[in-house]
Amino acid sequence: MRLEGVSVGYRRGRGWVRAVRDVDLTLERGVTYGLVGESGSGKTTLAHAVLQSLPAHGRLLGGRILFRGRDLATLGPEARRREFHRRVALVPQDPLPSLNPAHRVGRQVEEALDPSGRSTPELRGRAHALLEAVGLADPERVAGAYPHQLSGGMQQRILIAMALAGEPDLLVLDEPTTNLDVTTEATILDLVRRLVHDSGTAVLYVSHSLGVVAELCDRVAVLYAGEMVEDAPATRLFTQPRHPYTQGLLDSVPRLGSTRHEVTLRPIPGRIPPATDLPAGCVFAPRCPLAVDDCREATPALEATPEGRVRCWRWPEVEAGQADPHQPAPAGRLHAPAEDAEAVLEVEHLAKRFPLRRSLVELLRGAPRRAVRAVEDVSLSVRRGHTLGLVGESGSGKSTTARSVLGLEAASAGTVRLLGDELPRRLERRPASAIRRLQMVFQSSDEALNPYRSVGSTLGRPLRRMAGVPREEAAERVARLLESVQLPRSYAEKRPAQLSGGEKQRVAIARAFAAEPEVLVFDESVSGLDVSVQAAILNLLGELQQVRGSGYLFISHDLAVVGFLADQVAVVYLGRVVETGPARSVLSPPYHPYSEALLSAVPLLAPGVERARVRLEGDVPSPVDVPGGCPFHTRCPRLVGPQCREQAPPWRHGPDGHAIACHIPLEELASVQTALFGDGGAPAVPGATSEGGDG
Amino acid sequence: MARPAAAAGIVRRRSGAWRRLLRGLYARPSSALGATLAAAFLLLALLGPWVTPYGPLDQDFAARSQPPSPAHPFGTDHLGRDVLSRVVAGDRDIFLLAGSGTLVAVLVGTLVGLAASYRGGWVEEVTYRVFDSLLAIPALLLALLLLGSLGPSRVSVLAVIAVAYTPIVARVVRSVVLDTKTKEYVLAARMQGESTAFVLGREVLPSVLPALAVESALRFSYAIFLVASLGFLGVGVQPPNPDWGLMVSEARDYVYLTPWTLTFPALAISLLVIAVNLLADGLKRVLQVGDTP
Amino acid sequence: MARFLLRRAGFLLLTLVFTSLLIFLITQALPGDVARILLGREASAQALAQLRAQLGLDRPLPIQYLTWLGDFVRGDWGTSFSTGQPVRELVLSRLGNSLQLAGLTLLIAVPTAVGLGVLAALYEESWIDTVISLASLSVVGLPEFITGLVLIQVFSFRLGWLPANSSIAPGTGLVAALPYLVLPALTATLVLLAYVARLTRASVLVELGRPYVRTAVLKGVPWRRVVIAHVLRNALLPTITVIAISFGWLISGLIVVENVFNYPGLGRLLTFAIARRDIPLLQAVALVAVLGFALANLVADILYAVFNPRITLR
Repeated sequence: MRLEGVSVGYRRGRGWVRAVRDVDLTLERGVTYGLVGESGSGKTTLAHAVLQSLPAHGRLLGGRILFRGRDLATLGPEARRREFHRRVALVPQDPLPSLNPAHRVGRQVEEALDPSGRSTPELRGRAHALLEAVGLADPERVAGAYPHQLSGGMQQRILIAMALAGEPDLLVLDEPTTNLDVTTEATILDLVRRLVHDSGTAVLYVSHSLGVVAELCDRVAVLYAGEMVEDAPATRLFTQPRHPYTQGLLDSVPRLGSTRHEVTLRPIPGRIPPATDLPAGCVFAPRCPLAVDDCREATPALEATPEGRVRCWRWPEVEAGQADPHQPAPAGRLHAPAEDAEAVLEVEHLAKRFPLRRSLVELLRGAPRRAVRAVEDVSLSVRRGHTLGLVGESGSGKSTTARSVLGLEAASAGTVRLLGDELPRRLERRPASAIRRLQMVFQSSDEALNPYRSVGSTLGRPLRRMAGVPREEAAERVARLLESVQLPRSYAEKRPAQLSGGEKQRVAIARAFAAEPEVLVFDESVSGLDVSVQAAILNLLGELQQVRGSGYLFISHDLAVVGFLADQVAVVYLGRVVETGPARSVLSPPYHPYSEALLSAVPLLAPGVERARVRLEGDVPSPVDVPGGCPFHTRCPRLVGPQCREQAPPWRHGPDGHAIACHIPLEELASVQTALFGDGGAPAVPGATSEGGDG
Repeated sequence: MARPAAAAGIVRRRSGAWRRLLRGLYARPSSALGATLAAAFLLLALLGPWVTPYGPLDQDFAARSQPPSPAHPFGTDHLGRDVLSRVVAGDRDIFLLAGSGTLVAVLVGTLVGLAASYRGGWVEEVTYRVFDSLLAIPALLLALLLLGSLGPSRVSVLAVIAVAYTPIVARVVRSVVLDTKTKEYVLAARMQGESTAFVLGREVLPSVLPALAVESALRFSYAIFLVASLGFLGVGVQPPNPDWGLMVSEARDYVYLTPWTLTFPALAISLLVIAVNLLADGLKRVLQVGDTP
Repeated sequence: MARFLLRRAGFLLLTLVFTSLLIFLITQALPGDVARILLGREASAQALAQLRAQLGLDRPLPIQYLTWLGDFVRGDWGTSFSTGQPVRELVLSRLGNSLQLAGLTLLIAVPTAVGLGVLAALYEESWIDTVISLASLSVVGLPEFITGLVLIQVFSFRLGWLPANSSIAPGTGLVAALPYLVLPALTATLVLLAYVARLTRASVLVELGRPYVRTAVLKGVPWRRVVIAHVLRNALLPTITVIAISFGWLISGLIVVENVFNYPGLGRLLTFAIARRDIPLLQAVALVAVLGFALANLVADILYAVFNPRITLR
């Protein structure tokens, strides 16, 4: 497939908004082509243009898309169906909505083999073979299931099976692992890698995740605000970027094993311009530290370089590392917190069960009341000025832990102590002073701020109520609060709809800090943000902690982010802490077998570097029927024997308060495990960022 | 922030929202027509007595069963009453009965819905069980039963509308509250120790308003429908009041003699209901509220 | 499945208990002395008291309610105040007529409405959609008594094709009654039509926008098959619920329509009972109507569950 000067637009009122402009791209057999960009870069639009599946208000505004030498625009609907759609396939981002809820999975796979909708024993056999090929162990059972009865990972495997059914010449993968847990993501990526290698088809892999692209792709194009800014072989792009934007992206991702005391992330200032309001000249110029006057006036062309293309006049300087595109940032500006700081928040044996309703029949039979055991046994301690990172996959109970600690949900058992005082379980029973001292920042999303209230009103309320700021001073204090999260004072007048995602999250952080809390709980607070914005927030959180001395309970599924920010880490699985200790100890052997699998699954920004692969089988068990013995025994790759199934594992204590709940002694674990990423950090990135860019 | 400035800010924002709403409504011909017609009917209801040539009950025996003429643009009925004056007076009645009935239903439904569904637990359970059983009786049947016991009067008609539509409004409110109360900004407000009243009024209510506006318009159109039907069946507003449904019913007997006595009230009902429906449809589009069965 | 049915039936029973209580309270407990209604203004106090005792009106309300409900369930629906006939025979004979009319209405309304809704959605924003949407928006606004009168004007008076008055004699066969049923059924259809068509359109549009449609297209499935096997299979599911809800409208609509056309069904009987303050009759008609509505909802619930794999029948 070849794209020549492709521009795609969406209808807005009477005009057209060009979401993708002038993209040339060639997809060849056997090559996996990565398309990376942040939200708003136009990568998904481009993928849909490639597949001819733009929504009704989208249209190809310029250029040609050639498939096997024929211009797709010249095909009629029937020809397009036979000669194009039968030869291309898509693996989409959300597996469940992409499957028809009313048909059994087997039928849908058969339909991919024969779109006329017939069902023959022969087709059924082929469908089963396909399901087996994508690693579904029991194809008979899976084929008879409806999509909603399967886990997210299995659904995605079904879609991959359907995509492969027609032996496509071109396979488009649109963020296929974005909504999956990291361990599931790793197995899906392994599968895609193997299948692509075996079939030799052309692949277009669209993702916002640099790590995933680095793991999988041979060649990578970087998209920014609808334009391709760089295109190069993966090994080259990640070690020697030529465009300042690529460089900036690489600098803003926390690497596994780097910490805030060693590294300061370097975010890209500003935000992606909307396609309705593009700057004159180079689209990246307003955010580019290298921009000169020429950049703001004329658009640079996509220039051929050795091995690739780049849209920047100053690329030789970037490549040679002569022009550090960013302001030099002193490495590790943040000093380590005091080792002997007192504990401000102590959680002991916290549990939260959501009882299920019993049916009338069960009630009459006197059946025991069953419950979703979201949190089984979590003990944590957050020290003044320290950050405790809580890591786990979805369903591990980390969000419920946060809500129970805060009293938004009343805990079923266990105690929460703030500054030594035990707190009532329900928020409404807690004294105002306790509420003030313990605050929370939610997952960054559009729900964080009330869309009907201005920023000033949102911030002024807690200032007056919790911090006791008199009304006359409120406006001034709101402005100071905004400045403390690096937003202009004028933002008090704005409404949430006028803010970008990162700005909204800054306001949410300011709201939590307004009460001047001792402890802050962050629940996936940076997960929804683009990497360049996330970096700025992470830096901000580090600085605010330094200044205010608050203790943080930082909850995330992202190990690199937790490793970057946390002093201590606790790993949770099915509502239990399985490993805890100083961040450095948790991130190096000996590992809990679950932590080992988690770490091994994290994609690294180092194409071509081999490392140990530890993969988990099956799905996380239901929290209604938690396995007995060690809860991890159903999936543990290092299962030792019947004691794992029968007995709860003992806590095994290492130095510095490092502890692992496992039947295997620490020494034995240490002897069989290897460090899962370079010597405490990812392999150094040579080039412009070698100093301070990495650990 | 000084108080007056803040107040001015709020006023400015509110009027901005109104302007946006109007601009949205007038962006499409169908909702523009609906809004204009509905406004015209409302204006007529307000100005009624000052613009009509005769009183709605005035009889002119000399001019019985007259076809439309300059003196009586809509003609007169068999008792010599001016049809135009009666239609205009009926307009006022409809807004008074259907309008205030709807208003009561919306107010009570919103308050009960907000409080019960935010609190949850058995209060919510009981409230909505009662509402559900009210909804298990078809609206007109419920209205007839109530009128049968209360006896036909204008107050009964108003009460009937309120009773019949309160559960429906409460349901709409509930669906939004259940969606909103787990939103992070509501949790954030709770974590600032805000009272339930504040959370409901300032954090939850604004998200309910769009759906509520659409529902109110829809309810109003059904209320007009209901009042007219009751009048037609002879169990609502009683003669000699100028109720549109009643007028149609009375005119049926004279349809050969004086077809205009039937045409004009029937036309008035149809136009007003269609106008309010178009308006509700436009509101739904502008405020981006989804279709609900 | 058996369990699911049992639970649904339990809900139905609960609703009926609640609504019967409501009906009872509304008709019996509100002002208006039954004995005085029966005996007239000049009745002596003694006669009044005697009648009250005879009717059980002197007993406490809960007892009255339970007696009434028990009698009703056992088939003793009482005697009409105004005609002196047994209420049960009166109601059941009229019920047959109303069911005929309702059946014919649904037979016309549902396929037409669903068809129009699907058509409007598939040709979204085209002239077909605009015409269907505007027409249904306008029709939805017309009360049945107005559409009925217009239809009478056109088909009876102008064209003379169909009778304007449908007061058929009891025991008329379906074939003989058909000409009398057409105009009332058409009138009742118009209101349902708009409502069901609008919601069908919305539901088809929602499904058309779902990603599984794109999956099917990219599999190379022909568009006709995408629409029939994928979109409609899912879009018509909510339509079942919509039709059940519209059954409530149909009942309201039939009350008016039967009065417009003088059709001897439950609706006529109801207005008659109100005019005469005939409380046993009123209660019986109301309960039967509510029972019908509840049963329609039950059937819809079951159908919905059967066709929706996401609901496990437990």
